[in-house]
Amino acid sequence: MSVWEYAPAPESRDLANLQPAYRPFIDGAFVDGGGDPLTSINPATEEPLAEVGTASASDVDIAVRAARAAFDTVWGPMPGAERAKYLFRIARLIQERSRELAVLETLDNGKPIKESRDSDVPTAAAHFFYHAGWADKLDYAGYGPDPKPLGVAGQIIPWNFPLLMLAWKIAPALATGNTVVLKPAETTPLSALVFAEICQQAELPAGVVNIVPGAGDIGSTLVRHPGVDKIAFTGSTAVGKEIQHALAGTATRLTLELGGKAANVVFDDAPLDQAVEGIVNGIFFNQGHVCCAGSRLLVQESIAEELLGKLRARMSTLRLGDPLDKNTDIGAINSAEQLAKIRELTASGEADGAERWTSPCELPERGFFFAPTVLSGVEQSMRVAREEIFGPVLSVLTFRTPDEAVTKANNTPYGLSAGLWTEKGSRILWLADRMRAGVVWANTFNRFDPAAPFGGYQESGFGREGGRTGLEAYLDV
Amino acid sequence: MATASSPDALADATRDETSLRRFLHGLPGVDQVGVEARAASLGTRSIKKSAKLQAIDTAISMVDLTTLEGADTRGKVRALAAKARRPDPDRPDTPPVAAVCVYPDMAATAVEALRGTDIGVASVATAFPSGRSSREVKLADVRLAVEAGATEVDMVIDRGAFLEGRYGFVFDEIRAVKEACGEAHLKVILETGELATYDNVRRASWLGLLAGGDFIKTSTGKVSPAATLPVTHVMLQAVRDWYTATGQLRGVKPAGGIRTTKDAIKYLVAVHEVAGEEWLTPSLFRFGASSLLNDLLLQRRTQHDGHYSGPDYVAVD
Repeated sequence: MSVWEYAPAPESRDLANLQPAYRPFIDGAFVDGGGDPLTSINPATEEPLAEVGTASASDVDIAVRAARAAFDTVWGPMPGAERAKYLFRIARLIQERSRELAVLETLDNGKPIKESRDSDVPTAAAHFFYHAGWADKLDYAGYGPDPKPLGVAGQIIPWNFPLLMLAWKIAPALATGNTVVLKPAETTPLSALVFAEICQQAELPAGVVNIVPGAGDIGSTLVRHPGVDKIAFTGSTAVGKEIQHALAGTATRLTLELGGKAANVVFDDAPLDQAVEGIVNGIFFNQGHVCCAGSRLLVQESIAEELLGKLRARMSTLRLGDPLDKNTDIGAINSAEQLAKIRELTASGEADGAERWTSPCELPERGFFFAPTVLSGVEQSMRVAREEIFGPVLSVLTFRTPDEAVTKANNTPYGLSAGLWTEKGSRILWLADRMRAGVVWANTFNRFDPAAPFGGYQESGFGREGGRTGLEAYLDV
Repeated sequence: MATASSPDALADATRDETSLRRFLHGLPGVDQVGVEARAASLGTRSIKKSAKLQAIDTAISMVDLTTLEGADTRGKVRALAAKARRPDPDRPDTPPVAAVCVYPDMAATAVEALRGTDIGVASVATAFPSGRSSREVKLADVRLAVEAGATEVDMVIDRGAFLEGRYGFVFDEIRAVKEACGEAHLKVILETGELATYDNVRRASWLGLLAGGDFIKTSTGKVSPAATLPVTHVMLQAVRDWYTATGQLRGVKPAGGIRTTKDAIKYLVAVHEVAGEEWLTPSLFRFGASSLLNDLLLQRRTQHDGHYSGPDYVAVD
């Protein structure tokens, strides 16, 4: 037939039920924040979406006190089986409102609707279901009888998976009996405030969950608040270090989930076509805005050319454009600032001698977009092999032997995730033992499950989220 | 490793039984979880409006309208041929199907009924569907079809020999059938439901291509599972890799179990994105189906009329 163009298949923007203004959620109610309001924009069009009221330092104080009161009087003393009911209710409400949340997330973040619909929102619900199950079984979690919660948890989340990161933070905290004050990212606050509505719908007691939108200064206020017993942060390594510095010598507990520069290691006996899929998924899922992205491809030299040929052919089929279109594979970069960073680092790779190949796709005129890009001939010494780009840019390096693969994969200050591609089971086990990474995927990539602990080594942070292990971050054990 | 994209490896591959085995076993493995995830993910493409209408017309033109029953009669075959020529008589702009597919003894009837059209006559052969007979009988079966005027022959491979690892035997048989086909196009049925693993599907695909099959086809329709999306992905990848290695375009035909327009569109998306848009033509992609055609016709009417018209508006043949 003549060229088959997929007709536009946009999901309806109205499903997001977008409000002109959103407000902070403190002590069970939406309140006028004392901070300067911010405007959240749609990164795919650069148009304003909504005005969002932000918290001031005194609002943070009120939120922490509300959380403390809720912890002391309601949530802390409540039997686990009762807490579980609220979590189950929240999980079901997320499912009921999944289309609304998916469209809202895509508008605010720029990610393709197929990802918010098929990944972010269902996985967020799964985290609440999973942790609801733990709430009355903490005696059997391996931390001795009747493990106690910590108290008030201050949580700061990034813009790459706004609702999902909220779920990773709030679900285990509530299941273990803590109350929370959560600060969503400055560029993506909307889904967190709709989640606050869900807390109201679920009749969660006032003060158990508080959402305080704002910029870095509000995060900093929250971190330093003496009424907070625990800080959980997901974001950049630089900010993570500041937080650790600020909390040194205090009694506040800390878990950090930071950046990464994961190696995706492909051996000559790998299932090549599926490895190509895994590489694409590893670095282009969510425009590469993934802390565990497989941003360094380490390929055995003997198959490098063949693999790169297949990879380029596959990348040419990626559909970049309107994130609301159900057939879009690559959406918008979240902000102008992030786009500038991706451009700068990619240019540095070229200047350092890497060969650049960019998928031949047209970029929309408005909005922040960056075409999927591969830098080949990258050496360990280049910035693009060492620094996190946090965008759809893959650095390709080669290796000759398994030992060299391990050495190069581990030659990074990070250590969040790694991918291994080989049909040899013994090699998978041998490599997994030697990878300094919190998560090692074998013949797959970016697979998430609430039952699987997630977290890093070295500059990728410490503490685990998810699974039995993840409960420890919110228990006094 | 014998890589798929090296032409030298291909020339060497068929030298003898040992080389053939080494080549087929040197093909990269197929990860089951990965290929099934990819097929499911491509299955979520949303094909609407003009794209859907174009897909429906393309799918109709790719149908090998099939009857392979013990109860087949000349009357049944003539009725099927009439349907093939004008699938929807009320809508004369509906494209005809690609071919009618019958048993060898019915090929002459089909040829007669389709005279003067571009519609092909495909005949199954080689002791279809099991393939359990002597080579002599299988080749006689092919000659019967070809002499009756079949333009396409759908052979079955000897799955027993394949599973025993006698690849050379299977290769020689396909070669012999190809020769017996003369001008007729050869489709090589792998019967993927009996090969069971994706690694086997990939090896059998390459075997069929190396031996000169014009098409590789999933199934007879007599074994469950018949065609599946992930199996078709593996086969589409094989013809894509074959093209990269040799510059030759070969076709793929999923057969059996594809009954709805929705399913057919998922296959077309796979053709489009795994093999490439060059394959979106009846000369390189076919559906082996019978009931699929009527669903395509109903959906075609729905697209044009804006409402669903019900099964009584299309012919049952």
